[in-house]
Amino acid sequence: MTDAPRSANAARRARAVERAATLRGLLWIGPWLVGFAVFLLYPIVMSLIYSFTDYSILEPPVYVGLENYRDIMTKDATFGRALRNTLVYAAASIPLCTLLSIALALLLERDTRGARAVRAVVFLPTLVPVSAAAIGWMWLLNGDFGLFNAALSAIGLPRPDWLGNPRWAMTSLVIMSLWTVGGATVIYVAALRDVPTTLYEAAAIDGITRLGRAWHITLPLISPAILFNTVIALIGSLQVFAAPYVMTRGGPDFATYFYTMYVYANAFTYARMGYASALAWIQFLLILMITAAFFASVRRRVHYRV
Amino acid sequence: MRLTALRGLLLSLVAAAFCLPLVWMLATSLRPTETALQRSLAILPTIRSDADSGELSWFEARYWLTVAATLRDNFAAVWTSPLADFPIYFKNSLYVSLLSAIGMTLSSAIVAFGFSRLRWRGRDGLFRVLLATMMIPFAVLMAPTYLVFKQLGWIGTLVPLWAPCWFGGAFSIFLVRQFYMTIPRELDEAAMLDGCSNWGILWRMIIPLSRPVLTVVALLQFVHSWNDFVGPLIFLNHEETYTLALGLAMFQSSHGGTPWNLVMAADVIVILPVIVVFMLAQRALIEGVASGGLKE
Repeated sequence: MTDAPRSANAARRARAVERAATLRGLLWIGPWLVGFAVFLLYPIVMSLIYSFTDYSILEPPVYVGLENYRDIMTKDATFGRALRNTLVYAAASIPLCTLLSIALALLLERDTRGARAVRAVVFLPTLVPVSAAAIGWMWLLNGDFGLFNAALSAIGLPRPDWLGNPRWAMTSLVIMSLWTVGGATVIYVAALRDVPTTLYEAAAIDGITRLGRAWHITLPLISPAILFNTVIALIGSLQVFAAPYVMTRGGPDFATYFYTMYVYANAFTYARMGYASALAWIQFLLILMITAAFFASVRRRVHYRV
Repeated sequence: MRLTALRGLLLSLVAAAFCLPLVWMLATSLRPTETALQRSLAILPTIRSDADSGELSWFEARYWLTVAATLRDNFAAVWTSPLADFPIYFKNSLYVSLLSAIGMTLSSAIVAFGFSRLRWRGRDGLFRVLLATMMIPFAVLMAPTYLVFKQLGWIGTLVPLWAPCWFGGAFSIFLVRQFYMTIPRELDEAAMLDGCSNWGILWRMIIPLSRPVLTVVALLQFVHSWNDFVGPLIFLNHEETYTLALGLAMFQSSHGGTPWNLVMAADVIVILPVIVVFMLAQRALIEGVASGGLKE
């Protein structure tokens, strides 16, 4: 009969202990919590609020309802242009980078001295500052004296004015993006290394061809890495900014004018913070939707080992 | 046998293709201004002797002395250029990158402890939030973050470039936490019995054991801050505060790019420190990036 109050007491004590543990945990992650609140959560919420206002920084924001969104969708030709360019860039760059990085990973997977050295060489460009890389590539792609055209004319091919020609400028940026596949490559190398060799041996004994092994063993087992790299590439290329900003400023004739440039221009050149925020939110939702659609379409094919 | 030869050939081709842009940039910075614009594929400059204007060959000492003199002249011209202040940019970049790396390493070491070695309700939920923040596009944050820093009075100073690092970053915390999880829990319990507090456990045991991953976090953050272009572009507004990544772009656009040998010399100045960091720790850096893609 005296058990009830005692267990109630114990329960209360257990709850207090748990609360203390939670408090202690929160204290430990406190630096991140503060940073998250001040540098992420607050700006995101404010950006949503500003997106419903007219805000020039100099004067306080004025509520305009959905006007920014309506203008973007109905009146703004630059929005359409920037969005189309960004989607074209992502659609060209991501598949090419994926193919190249998997091919490189297959070539560089072995642990020989040569493969290790080349792996380092392939990885190095990912560490080069993007503005320095962009300026270096402007020189490589220079129409008159660049490396690309020197090589092309050496084998008798025409010499396009890469960055100066609206038809070639986008291609130039896609080619340049292939130079920084080193990050994805080393992730694929790690994934390939994780595939147990016993699986290949068993398949070889069963008489399955090389191609069959690649399709039925390698591909499923590296599919989580493909998913990871593709999502990273999606998020990155849908907000591409620094390289084209330095190299072309969006030109020639808006051929490389990307979405983030338009957000940047509205926020910092035209001082239209409200409009920029609405643009940024549309971009955010688009990135989320495209990523989610990609997840949904490949979910069944991604094979997680348990 | 034939297959090995083919592999070797492929490996060399890949290495050449990925190296060539950097080699070409460096090679251009070695050219004198008169021959900076050449149409040939030659990597090393052609140098004519003053006496008979015949071409000097690579086997003559004079050739290399001339190349070295051009190298010195080009880099000196950039370093003391009236169009830019590279010594100050360099100092600013170093200052920002060091402060960022120290702050990121310290804060991630502490926060990751709370996310891995302590058990508490809500921990795993908050960790998922942390992972999700990696997906937030910077474009969304650009305008409102600027306004936050404006309110704090940080616009035009270097503070916004390093201060946020002292509050940890999702990727770094994730990396450190994954490493902490591999350290056996029994160690904590033993230390606890010896009367060691959690703080003591972190500093006397966990951090010394985690030196490899903390080095990777520090180096990656250093490189990341050194390379950052958009942050300085948005938050800085006068030249004395420019970092190298931004100052370089301004230098190039104010030149209109004509003396490409000088622009490439500036490019090399910006890239070289990163290459040095990479040479010192390439293995750790590559493994750090590779481990980000694995598990969970």
